[in-house]
Order: sequence, then C-alpha cells, then structure tokens
Amino acid sequence: MSKMKTITYREALKSAIREALQKDERVFLMGEDVGHYGGAFAVSKGLLKEFGPGRIMDVPLSESGFTGAGIGAALAGMRPIVEIMTVNFSLLAMDQIINNAATLLHMSGGQLNVPVVIRMGCGIGRQLAAQHSHSWEPFYAHVPGINVLAVGTHEDARGMLLTALESPDPVILFEYTSMLNLEAEIIEDAGAVDICKAKVRREGIDLSLITYGTGVYKSLEAAEVLSKDGMDIEVIDLRVLRPLDEETFLTSIAKTHKALVVEDAWKSVSISSEISARIMEKAFFELDLPVERLCGVEVPIPYPKHLEDASVPQVQDIVEKVRKILKP
Amino acid sequence: MISFKMPSLGADMEDGTLVEWRKQPGDLLKRGDIIADVDTQKGLIEIEFFGEGILEKHLVAEGEKIPVGTVMALIRGESDEITEEIPQENIPDQEKMVEPAKVEEGKIKVPVASPQKAGGERVRISPLAKKIAEAHQLDISKISGTGPDGAIVKADIDKCLREGQEKKAKAKTDPIVTEPRYEPESKLAIPESEAIRKAVAAAMSRSNQDIPHYYLEKRIDFSKAMLWLKEANKERSVQQRLLPVALMIKAVAKALDDVPDLNAVWEDGLERKNEINIGFVVSLRTGGIMLPAILNADTLSVDGIMERLNDLIPRARAFKLRSSELSKSTFTITSIGEGGADKVYGVIYPPQVGIVGFGEIRDEAIVAEGMIGIKPVVDVTLAADHRATDGLIGSKFLASLNKYLQNPENL
Amino acid sequence: MKKTQSKSKFPVSKAEGKRLLHQMQLIRRFEEKSAEVYTETKIRGFLHLYVGEEAVAVGVMQALKEEDYILSTYREHGHALARGMDPGAIMAEMYGKVEGCAMGRGGSMHLFDKNIHFYGGNAIVGGHLPMAVGMALASKKQGKKNVTCCFFGEGAAAEGEFHESMNLAALWDAPVLFLCENNLYAMGTALEYTHSEQQLEKKGPTYGIETATVNGMDLLEVMKAAQKAVDYIRETGKPYFLVCYTYRFRAHSMFDAELYRDKAEVEEWKKQDPIPQFKKYLLKEQLITEKEIASLEEAVEKEVAAAVDFAENGTWEPIEDLCRFVYSENQEP
Repeated sequence: MSKMKTITYREALKSAIREALQKDERVFLMGEDVGHYGGAFAVSKGLLKEFGPGRIMDVPLSESGFTGAGIGAALAGMRPIVEIMTVNFSLLAMDQIINNAATLLHMSGGQLNVPVVIRMGCGIGRQLAAQHSHSWEPFYAHVPGINVLAVGTHEDARGMLLTALESPDPVILFEYTSMLNLEAEIIEDAGAVDICKAKVRREGIDLSLITYGTGVYKSLEAAEVLSKDGMDIEVIDLRVLRPLDEETFLTSIAKTHKALVVEDAWKSVSISSEISARIMEKAFFELDLPVERLCGVEVPIPYPKHLEDASVPQVQDIVEKVRKILKP
Repeated sequence: MISFKMPSLGADMEDGTLVEWRKQPGDLLKRGDIIADVDTQKGLIEIEFFGEGILEKHLVAEGEKIPVGTVMALIRGESDEITEEIPQENIPDQEKMVEPAKVEEGKIKVPVASPQKAGGERVRISPLAKKIAEAHQLDISKISGTGPDGAIVKADIDKCLREGQEKKAKAKTDPIVTEPRYEPESKLAIPESEAIRKAVAAAMSRSNQDIPHYYLEKRIDFSKAMLWLKEANKERSVQQRLLPVALMIKAVAKALDDVPDLNAVWEDGLERKNEINIGFVVSLRTGGIMLPAILNADTLSVDGIMERLNDLIPRARAFKLRSSELSKSTFTITSIGEGGADKVYGVIYPPQVGIVGFGEIRDEAIVAEGMIGIKPVVDVTLAADHRATDGLIGSKFLASLNKYLQNPENL
Repeated sequence: MKKTQSKSKFPVSKAEGKRLLHQMQLIRRFEEKSAEVYTETKIRGFLHLYVGEEAVAVGVMQALKEEDYILSTYREHGHALARGMDPGAIMAEMYGKVEGCAMGRGGSMHLFDKNIHFYGGNAIVGGHLPMAVGMALASKKQGKKNVTCCFFGEGAAAEGEFHESMNLAALWDAPVLFLCENNLYAMGTALEYTHSEQQLEKKGPTYGIETATVNGMDLLEVMKAAQKAVDYIRETGKPYFLVCYTYRFRAHSMFDAELYRDKAEVEEWKKQDPIPQFKKYLLKEQLITEKEIASLEEAVEKEVAAAVDFAENGTWEPIEDLCRFVYSENQEP
C-alpha cells in the first residue's frame, strides 16, 4: 500500500498549481490578489516569490477583461490558469466564458481550441450573504463546449488541475472555500487524476446518494451515521458536472434502485434536475422509489448563521431524508 | 480578570500559531495595543487588544498552535483583585446558535388517488417492481403496496414471490406456461393479447394432448458461470452488460449440437433440424407468452446473443416481432430469472421435441470434492417428447449442458 | 492633487464643529468595536472597516440633502453612520438580528435604509455604478432636483462598469456624483499593479465629465470639494467625478496579514489621521475645549456600547420565515 500523508485542501490546491508551473513553461496564474496579497484565500501564498510576477500575475478588478485575456492567451499557445476569486464575480466574466471560450472551437469549424483553465472559489457556509454565496455549478454545466469539474475531495484538489491543463478545451474548476482548512489523507505521491468519471466514494446497496462539491464529505458523514442504523448507502461523487458520467450513477441505481441527489445549488434547473431526468430516461425500470432531491432552498442566501444553515442541506438533513426514504 | 482569547478573524480561521508575545506579564495594555503575533494560513497577523488592563499571565507558550477561542492570557482590569485564578476549562467557545431547524419547502402535493384496484383503476407501482412483476406474470392488482402512498415496491413483489414459491413447492410441478392469467381490462386496451392468449391456449392444449412428456432434472453449479459473467461485465457499459440468460442460451445451443436429436421436430417421425434456433419464453405484460427465436444461436457469441435478446424482448412485448422470428425456433428455453421459482417444468411447443427450463439462480449448500460449500446453483429441467427420444438422450443433453456451463470461457 | 491653504477660511461654527467631530469619532469607535466583537464571533462573514477614511464619508454627507440618493460599497458603515443611520440598527444588522437595518439578512456588507435613501451596501465591486446612473436618470425623468451620490473604491475604476457608467451618465446628463475613495489598495493589490494611469482623475474628462481631486484625510477640504461638486450637479444636471485620496489604517477585511504593504507606510499615513487633525483645528480656532472633547468621546463611547447592547438583545428571525423577501409581499410597486 502506498504511503499516506495528511494535507489541507488549500495545500493540495497550491501544490497542484506549483507542480503545473514547474512542469510547463507555458503555464501561468492570473487573478485578483493572487500575487502580492497571497491569494484571497491564501492558496497562492508564496508563489509570487517563487515564480515571479511574469508567472503569478496580479490583475485589476476587471473580470471580463482578464478572463477574456486568459482565453486569448490560451488561443495563442499559452496555458493560463485564470483564477476568478469567487464564483460570484464570474458573472462578470460569463460573456467571455460562454460566448468565447465555449464557442470558438465550434464557430471556427474545429480550427481554434481554447485550452484555458478557470478556477473559481465557491460554496456556502461562511456567512457572506446573498451576493457572495452563489452556487453557479448548474449555470456552467448548462453550456456545451466547457468541462465543468467540482473539486469535492483532497485527492481531486491535488490532481484535477494537472489533468485540466492537458485538456485542449476550456475547463472550469469549482473549488470549495469552506474546505480550505480541512485536513485529509491522500497518497504521498498523489498527482493527476482523471477528469471524466464520477467516483463511488463509498459502496452500499440500499440507496445511491449522488452529490458533488461540499456534498461529498457531508454525504459520507451522513452515510457513516446511517450505517449504524443498518442502512448501507452508496455515495457517488459526480466530480465532472459536464460532460456528465452517467454510467457510474446508472450502474449504482441498477444495484440500489433508489436515489437521493444532494447539492447546495437551488433546486430548480439544477444539477440534480439533470441527474433526476437522466435516471428517469435511462434507468426508469430500475427505480423502486421516486428519485429524491435535497437542494438549496430557493432564497438568496441570508447572512445570519441559522438562516444560512437552513438554506442548504446539512449532514443531519441528509440523514433524516435517507431515513424517511428507506424507513417511511 | 479578562480572559484574552485567540481571536476569530474569519470563519475560515480555525487556529493560529503563537509566534511571539509582544506584551509581557506586568505590562500595561491600552486599547489597540498589539499583544502578540500569530501565524495563520494567511501569514503573520498582529493580534490586537481591545480593552485596558495589566497583563497578568501568559497561558500559551510561543510556538504553540491553538484553536480560535482558546484563552491565551489573563489580563487584570482596573477593578480586579490580584488572583492566581485560572479559567477552569481552556477550551474554545462553542458557537451559540439557534437550533437549526428546517423549512419545509412549499410543497405542492400531487393529488393521490387511493389505489383502487377493483374497477380497473391505475395501480401505483414502482417501475422496478412492475418489471419484476411482469417477468413473473404476477397480477399486481392483487398485491398490496407498502411504499409511498401505498405504492407497490420491490419488497412487496419479493414477498409475493416467496409466498407463491411456497405454494408451488407444495404443488411440485406447475408448468407456468399453461397457467393462463387473464386480465380482463387489458383486453380492451390491447386487442392483440386476446389472439395471443388463444394461440397459446391452442398450442399448449395440443401439446398436452399429443405429446407424451418425460421429465429430467439436474442441479448445475453456477459459480463459474457467475464469476465469468462478473469478469466479463467489468469491461462492459451498462447497456452491454451480459445477463445469465445469454450464457444459458449459448450453452443450450452448444449442447444441442452435441445431442442433435433434441434439435428436431416430430411430424410422424423425427426430423432433425440443421439450424439451431433457440426460442425463448417472453412473458407479456398483458398475460400470455411469446416465443421469439434467436436464429443460429450456436454460431453467435454470448455478446451477440445478448444483443439479440436486448433487441427481441422489447419488440416481443410491443408485438413488433417479424413472423420469421416467431416461427423458426427449433428448441425452447424457459428461464425464471431473479426472485422466481426454483424449478420450472416446461410444456413442449409442438412440433418441437424438447424444452429446457432454468429455475432461479440461488445460493445452496452443495457438495463438491467431498466438501460442503455454499454456491450459486440453478436447477435445470428437461421436458422431452418420448416419441422422439428416450431418457438416455435427455440425460446426455443435460450432462453436455453442464459441461459447457462449467467452462463458460469456451462458450 | 490641488493644494490649497483655505482650511481656516472655511466657516465652521462651534456647534457644527462639534457635530462633525462627533460623527467622525462615532465612526472610528463603532468600527473598532465591530472589530472587537468580530473576534468574539458575534459578527461573521466579511467585515470591512472604514478606520482612517472617516473624513470622506462625513465630509461628503454634509453637502447632500435629505432627498438625495446614496449608494455605497461593502465598506459602508461610515457612510451609513454619517448619513444618520441608527448605530444600533447597523450593529444589529451585523449580528444578524431582526432589529438590523435589513432584518439581519444582509450583514456588514449590505446596509440598507430606504427612509434615508441609503441604497446599500453593494458587495460586487463596481456593480452599483450603473444602478446609480439609473437612479439619477429616473430623477431627471421625474423632474426631481436630487443628486445621486455613488461611493466606490479605486479598485472599481478598473471594472468595465465604471467606464460604461461614466459614459452613460455623461451621455444622458444624469445627475450623479461619482465619488471615488482612492485608498490605494484594491483589497491587497496596489494601484500600480491595477491601473495603467494611476491618476484616476484623468479618466473623467475623457468622458466629458467635470472632475476634481481632494485630500481625503482633511475633513474641511472634503466638505468644500463635495459642496462644489454637488452645487455643480444641481445647477447643471450633469455628472461629476470627485477623487478623494485617502487611506485605510486597518486591514482590508478581518483576516488579512497585510503582506502587501509596509508597516512604515501605514504609520506615515497615520500622521494624517483626520480625527486628530480636525481636533487640532477646532482647538486652534477655539471652537472646542479639551474638556468638551473628553465629554464628546465619552458620549460616543456610550452610544457605541448602547448599539452593542441593542444588537445583543436583538432577536433571531424564525427559520420558518426563511423564504420571505424572494418576491414582494406587497403587490403595490
């Protein structure tokens, strides 16, 4: 067995960026406060000193501008990592991402590919109120032409970026800021991971708990609680929100015949909407109960802790929901 | 005494490492004074004191990493007596928050009609339960559901099958194909079913009147077959998964090649057939069965057979088979599948001379090489036309079939 | 930057002087108290403090009338207090209590009070500039004479929305005061790394907008410059761009190791602290006594303590009400 090491999610992200910068001269990091400030969430702290301002570029607050510039640089042979401080500000860059990055290949009849990697901090749970608590995974997962990854584990924090940089097409990485300090064990020489498959994080036979992002550890925790009640839950980390890996969750449902999809994003027109529809289309006759969903309550996220907590699924909510499904 | 605690500078700050005390015991502290330097994941941060007093005592040593809320020092305010008191528990404050409750989302309940089954009302049943029920030709209107809003779920079907099996075990032989299961209401919906029912009735009656059946059975160790399937399925997508029935059909086709007298028809004499076309029993949602054939099954790979099955079964159920697929079979298989009876004794489809029946694959204690072990087994029966063959031929066939199922890799 | 020596000529009465000092002192102490209770986890989320920049908010507010509209950034406690928002309501908002100015829904970055025409508390940098143009446009269409004052930092001047808004306001003759608080750092990134032209005031005239700069550390200077700007807007109905050079003494937000600037630089700016400067002026002009200053500070102390008490004793909104305010409860617009 490989040796393990303990690492924070932040450290995992940082070592991936460092490795990417070391491995490929064409790689550079650009984003707001990534240099002198050390990264809004201290992910890039120290990298300016190590790699210099040519490769760790502070940019003005001009999301549309610098994201577009990253896309342009990718078009012209570089491998930029664009950091959009938080997903909330990516709304200002959405035109560039969707109208340029996602469409150039197609519009040019396959001539122009855009190997840009865009990282965004995201997630709910730090009492940042409505404008800073968005879950835009479903928005981006809606768009053909981009690959959308949800970095839900330390293993993926360490490995997804490296594979993303190998992709000829735009990749968006959602990184969950509430997990930055979280420590976990990963293989000592952990590195690149695939960015095309969902992963069964826990095997079980009674119900398929399908989730991504912060939902992964929450669901694993819930599954642990439920196992004490004799409920054997399978937890699936979607990892790749576009293009969706159906096979993994359809196979799981063929085994468990029951599914619960968990996410922070608002319920309407969400990732869970899509998962639920695909199950209906492709595994209808495997279902023994309707697909259930536990999603963000449809309200701008309020500031106070108790209301914020009530807005998105918590471990206890998952536990209760599963109990209700399996033991009505 | 003021307890000076490791401050929380953000929800993302959980702890800090005390790098240096900037104030020492006895020092006078004013509002805004920097009391210590603390290292965080964002770098070194100067920790500010917001009150006034004299630093009494350090409780944390330089170099120590402590969680937010940990008391770091005691500070004597103006009104404090000098004491040696140390806080009882130096643990971080718990977040005091309102009990998190959940808002019930605005529920719009889909009106649920109570599952009235008598008058031909729709029965609430899960897709999976429905699928299994159909495979076993169960009348779902007679099953009571324990799922949401009284819907029938798999557990209800399983229970029904268990009970049914017990009954069947008592009756011993119970050829399912001869037991018509009428669902009057479905006649109106799908008129084809009536014709099919009639055809089945005619064929089976003729069989029972004209054909002197003899029966043989053999329990076959299915562990190697299951292992092989498991391995084979690892590399296949969901759509390409192999089911045990595909393997069974292939093995039967090979065994028929060894024992050609069973791949034949009886029309005033035995007439062997050149092609091995395996008909297999597909039960219909509306009751009744169909016998589509997999042509030249002996020449197809297991994958090829699976592909044909995936194509034929839905078309059979939708009454969309071509006539050649219905008329060309030279031998028949009936297979019970998951959750069904242990054994099935078939009724020969005239003018064929044999039918093989596979019961449910299930774990049983069996003796092998002088040891008792739990293994998946399947009880295989052969019903054959005594005018055409004798028990010896039938027995040879079952032995051959067993041989193939023990060596699935050769199929 | 314009250098004028007209400080002492600016007429400030005794009462006026005291009121202004009181406002600045209140902001200072309110912010320091906020930092303190933040470390005790009473306030959460982001907390951006205004310490050092008090003269800008207080100075500009003096030129505005009751009917004028104000939009601000996520560093807006100072603007809200100077506009006259109740300190208790602000503190309660930051505690997340129902008694807060936005029922606790918004927190530190989202202070709102329609009664005093205070429209946030906007936390997406640059996001409120186009709205300010729209509000001013509405005033114009309605024949109102009020001014829309839009505070933003120099970081926002790099956003496309800044340029789009300047263009639109000039194009439509919208009565907006674009009030740039240039504190030299966009979060932790210095002006030199974010602006090719660091004299932001040069950007105004290219849109045909009347522009001025002022030393934002000097209350009287700010008051004068703001008055001139607002008078111009009221008179012409056209936009105006005022750049205030200022400095924040504290970190960007609470959790900030300030790796991006020297302590010496901070200390240098502290010499220009607007509060001691203004005290000195008042004492020199014999508009206030040391004793009066002491009692003023004591009063502020009590006011801040009362705000904290008010927030502490506030109530949590019941979770059942979570889904309120997604759509209007009152169907009248």
